[in-house]
Amino acid sequence: MSELSDSRSKQEVVAGSVGVIEPHPAYDVHGVRFRYQSKGSDAIRWILEDVSFSVQAGEVLGVVGPNGSGKTSLLKVLARLLRPVQGRIDLFGQELASMVQQEVACAVGVVPQDTQQLFPFTVAETVLMGRFPHRPCGRWNSGFGWESREDVAIAEEAMMTLDIIHLAHRAVTDLSGGERQRTMIARALAQRTRVLLLDEPTAFLDLQHQVEICSVLVRLKEESRLTVVLVSHDLNLVSQYCDRILLLDQGQVVRLGRPEDVIEPEVLELVYRCRVLVDRHPGTGLPRVTLPGRSLSGGM
Amino acid sequence: MRSIRKRLALVKVLVIREAPLKQTPATVQSGISAGVLPNESRRVDPARGIVAQGAILTNSRWMTTLGTLALTAIAVSFICLHFGAQPIAYGEILRVFVDVVSRKDIDSGTSDVTTTILLHVRLPRMLLGFLVGCSLATVGVALQALLRNPLADPYVLGVSSGAALGAAVGVLLGAGTTFLAETALPAYGFAGGLLALVVVYRMAASYEQLPIHSLLLTGVILNAIFSALIMFITSILEPNRSYGMMAWLMGTLTAPTYRGLVGLAVYLSIGLFLLFSQMRVLNILALGEDSARTLGIDTEKAKRFIFVLTALVTGAVVSISGMIGFIGMIVPHAVRLVTGADHRLLLPASALVGGTFLMGADTIARTLMSPAEIPVGIITALAGGPFFVYLLLWRKDRLA
Repeated sequence: MSELSDSRSKQEVVAGSVGVIEPHPAYDVHGVRFRYQSKGSDAIRWILEDVSFSVQAGEVLGVVGPNGSGKTSLLKVLARLLRPVQGRIDLFGQELASMVQQEVACAVGVVPQDTQQLFPFTVAETVLMGRFPHRPCGRWNSGFGWESREDVAIAEEAMMTLDIIHLAHRAVTDLSGGERQRTMIARALAQRTRVLLLDEPTAFLDLQHQVEICSVLVRLKEESRLTVVLVSHDLNLVSQYCDRILLLDQGQVVRLGRPEDVIEPEVLELVYRCRVLVDRHPGTGLPRVTLPGRSLSGGM
Repeated sequence: MRSIRKRLALVKVLVIREAPLKQTPATVQSGISAGVLPNESRRVDPARGIVAQGAILTNSRWMTTLGTLALTAIAVSFICLHFGAQPIAYGEILRVFVDVVSRKDIDSGTSDVTTTILLHVRLPRMLLGFLVGCSLATVGVALQALLRNPLADPYVLGVSSGAALGAAVGVLLGAGTTFLAETALPAYGFAGGLLALVVVYRMAASYEQLPIHSLLLTGVILNAIFSALIMFITSILEPNRSYGMMAWLMGTLTAPTYRGLVGLAVYLSIGLFLLFSQMRVLNILALGEDSARTLGIDTEKAKRFIFVLTALVTGAVVSISGMIGFIGMIVPHAVRLVTGADHRLLLPASALVGGTFLMGADTIARTLMSPAEIPVGIITALAGGPFFVYLLLWRKDRLA
């Protein structure tokens, strides 16, 4: 494990977005520990154990790891949905814990993993809710008022981007999993934040829409220096589209670096406890992961 | 209600006058948020935009829907005034109203029997019915969004019986006979309803999303405990007072004095106004706890605030009219099918429909076996119970 932990230094070799140098990284995570509160036993294991890393502005960071490695919890900590027990997180140089929820919502958009909906809001209404944080409202007047034309235009643009404008009048409860997922991504885009956190955004999507969404993320990153943190099970997708990859196992950072430094057969074997085949993508030259197939796994 | 409409009318004017889209400057609104500038090629043709598709709630739809519902409410109220032990002709009703407006004397109109029946029996009772129905439906909508559960209703959750217990304790302590009765009883009801809601809230807070069966079980248990306590109180009261209490518990609307009506209206208008002020927040809360927080809502605060308001309104209503059930569940459900889920329309529309529904139900309760009266709670339960079973059995997809 010791050879793996030198990844701290590689962190500085940040994915080179051209342009302005930000005074602060998008996220600076320092010694974060997290576990769920529970009465009784003291021996509850840490979900996140001493996690430190930083995410540069305009970077696409992929977070991967086996089931239960703490990926989703990490994302929730970054979104301020969960509060770390220890450690400190800075968002563009400002301590996350000191910000109010609405400030966070103006800076960080979140696409949740579970997109099941209960009430039949239309797709357009759902996407428009992404504009909510930008209309700060007092306690007494928050019930009133319509979205402005500008809000509507922003929502429409997000819906165009995700190819759901033709679904605008449909109820979210009647959509397929993929359509609902795209609706949720559109909602986060309509928030117009500098950071986007996505939890398994491609889980229900067919190939076409997987490629589309990843291209959109990369385009947004290039056009407007959007910072993306993407949790995914799909090692290939992460390898092709992310600038850097954070590999988590049992709540600890195993490796952090460029795809070719993280997607290595020995590392994956250690973490996922199975053999995989890693070769190069013929187009991009980036690592590509394949299941071992019958002949190889039979040997294990 | 009127104030909301006025404000929205104002908003409409502002929106219309707003210049056509410019290159959005507000993308750099709050310093920390930057975002993508709209690209011309990605601009949507307005003819096919979401407004043209009718995919979002617009001011004109809001106005037409609520206008229609308000007119329906007025029409129904005339029908309700017409029916009774002795029907009053519609022309007669109009004449009395014209008289009242022109002479401005409600209290001295004792000369005429019709006027007395209309102004001192049917009208106040009808207004009470409207207020109660209005409040119960509004509370139902709010609870459904908060608990993310379409079966939530103050009656089903045990909030009504909590409020009833509170009011019963109030009666036991003598609040019902003092001259403060109209203002003191709702306060007792509020306390009881709040007690029940704290239990429901604790249950809901300990789960990510409260499973439907746990929620219903909580309601069943609360209802059982509270009705046991109410029965205990009833059994130790003197017979004539305990009879009155039984009738009240079944859910009865009796013609209130105008002073009582005003007292209730004050309680309710505070609670309802504040609930209406949360319409957009309810939209966001209905998306779920995590989503609401990532959209910038302090969910704990918002939920607590709305819970207290629902207890306030339920407490006031129950202390006056007893346990009238299911309105908070049937009405929002039916309304949602027509208006969609946006609470900015759903909440006021449910309020109007709830009020109209209870006025109608009470008229049936008054006339079905006249001159005897049936408690209106029986009518609403007979309408709501089967509906509840229908939802539970055949529309599982609509439940969590």
